[in-house]
Amino acid sequence: MEDDPLIIAGRRFRSRLMVGTGKFPSAAALSAALAGSGAEIVTVALRRVDLAKPEQDSIMPVLDPSRYLILPNTSGARSADEAVRLARLARAMGLPPWVKLELTPEPRYLLPDPIETLKAAEKLIKEGFVVLPYIQADPILAKRLEEIGTATVMPLGSPIGSNRGLKTKEMLRIIIEQAKVPVVVDAGLGAPSHAAEAMEMGADAVLVNTALADAEDHGMMARAFALAVEAGRQGYLAGLGPARETAAASSPLTGFLE
Amino acid sequence: MFDFGKILEAWPPERILPLITAATPAMVKGSLAQERCSPEGLAALLSPAAAGQLEEIARQAQRLTRQHFGRTIGLYVPLYLSNVCYSDCTYCFFSAASGSSGIRRTLNMDEVRTECQALAKHGFQSVLLLTGDAPKVASLSYLAEAVQVAREYFPSVAVEVYALEEEEYRQLVDVGLEGVTLYMETYHRETYAQVHRRGRKRDFDYRLAAIERAGRAGVRRLSIGALLGLYDWRCDGFWTALHARYLQKECWRSAISVSLPRLRCTPPRHRISYFLSDREFVQLLLAMRIFLPEAGFNLSTRESAAFRDRLIPLGVTNMSAGSSTRPGGYAVSGEETLAQFEIEDRRSPAEVVAAIRRAGYDPVWKDFDWAFHDEVGRRQ
Repeated sequence: MEDDPLIIAGRRFRSRLMVGTGKFPSAAALSAALAGSGAEIVTVALRRVDLAKPEQDSIMPVLDPSRYLILPNTSGARSADEAVRLARLARAMGLPPWVKLELTPEPRYLLPDPIETLKAAEKLIKEGFVVLPYIQADPILAKRLEEIGTATVMPLGSPIGSNRGLKTKEMLRIIIEQAKVPVVVDAGLGAPSHAAEAMEMGADAVLVNTALADAEDHGMMARAFALAVEAGRQGYLAGLGPARETAAASSPLTGFLE
Repeated sequence: MFDFGKILEAWPPERILPLITAATPAMVKGSLAQERCSPEGLAALLSPAAAGQLEEIARQAQRLTRQHFGRTIGLYVPLYLSNVCYSDCTYCFFSAASGSSGIRRTLNMDEVRTECQALAKHGFQSVLLLTGDAPKVASLSYLAEAVQVAREYFPSVAVEVYALEEEEYRQLVDVGLEGVTLYMETYHRETYAQVHRRGRKRDFDYRLAAIERAGRAGVRRLSIGALLGLYDWRCDGFWTALHARYLQKECWRSAISVSLPRLRCTPPRHRISYFLSDREFVQLLLAMRIFLPEAGFNLSTRESAAFRDRLIPLGVTNMSAGSSTRPGGYAVSGEETLAQFEIEDRRSPAEVVAAIRRAGYDPVWKDFDWAFHDEVGRRQ
């Protein structure tokens, strides 16, 4: 959709599907998913890769920086200080100064810590980073982050890896309605229909990982998500009719009065 | 007060074993259908009635593992710092009373460094430092020094040493410790007293609460386990699982993982009373995975290569490789140095990595970063 670009921090993207690189069974599986997704923004956990020895893992060798914006993330960080150190490290190692802030102090549900996220975002923005924070679907936090200058907000649909879809739908609706920065629905999207639903609501983009990593055919699932994101986006742009409780007759009963 | 000792008291064998005996195939199916498996559900999964439904249980265990961990296996390696030990655990070759004749030694820091260098060359980024129960030889300051040396080579450093005070764990965290492994050996108080005859380790309650002291001190990864074969594996498995779930609430910032060390070979004075078969081992692993969907499961080289390869898709998340259980065993000492136990899987790290790939899983060397520490202490 050349005429409907996603713009983040002044940079234009054709694809509205971002992809995470964790949990894949092999480099080939990740490659297939990336190809199928058409994604241009690919996020990488800094704790998982060794930027000094990129050949050692099955992630970095697959990521062609001329093709993808490599978006380092701070997953595993428990405090703002840790996240800030990780982001600085990635920049020092030559990655673009973009960072997906993930402050997840609790390892089971990996839910984001709003307080540490806000603190880390403030610091990193001052240091010139483009900050994309992963957050709970909290409309006030979204506005607070937007005010301090984050490039997006990335509220969760449901916990990471849960495949449960948009459990936070009511709050996502408010975030999307109020946002002045792109809203990227991140986490919990287990099926293409979940991604379509987020896009139909007016989300600017979605980020998917587990659903692709866990598919039997990684490339095909990625393609399915790409199509769903496009379909959802077009549905949103076309103007969805409101949902109704009952049928609405297309030939009105009182038409003869006109 | 929230206290695991009380939970343990509330689940004596007299309560667990009748549940296990009374379990029916329908109750096993019920456990699999629970959104979150209950302790009663766990008892059913550990029961003889569940043994006939292993395939169905395995499918669910695999699904849960993939959802939380993907198809990945983390790699780590043990590094024994010392085999000197003042405790007297009847099942262990490190015990002075075991009749073992090998050389006792404690590595100095130059030797620790040499060992680290040898292991880093294989690609390891996660190391587990071990000692016997000998605080006079391997003191807290010795451990702190060893952690500091190790973290120059590995972003992730864990210890498996004698039980410490919370403040002592905190001192190790301050110099870069990420993980603590501490096995209760057995959660059965009477058996515990029989097999631990001497030394500080005799204090059951002090050891039971040690892992949560580590959690409170800020240790990020906590690993627990029972030495399978000391007591009824179903009870010890049940208690380990409850302990893990307790720790998930009590130490909510820490990742909890479980090891299933199986006693195979012991000094002559200790007879293994409750040996569990491969089939029972698998049943235990699967039941615990279903009860603890987000827990890591560690598998050491105590198990054979062929068996380990079969366990990869069944819920395991971390494996050691190329291990030696003697201090200096990688680059410093020879066979004359006393080992803690015999390694069954003698493959090199590269061979284990190849086996993980053949199973359709991605070997993960690195899952932590130097940048998590206050200052970057990496040796370039």
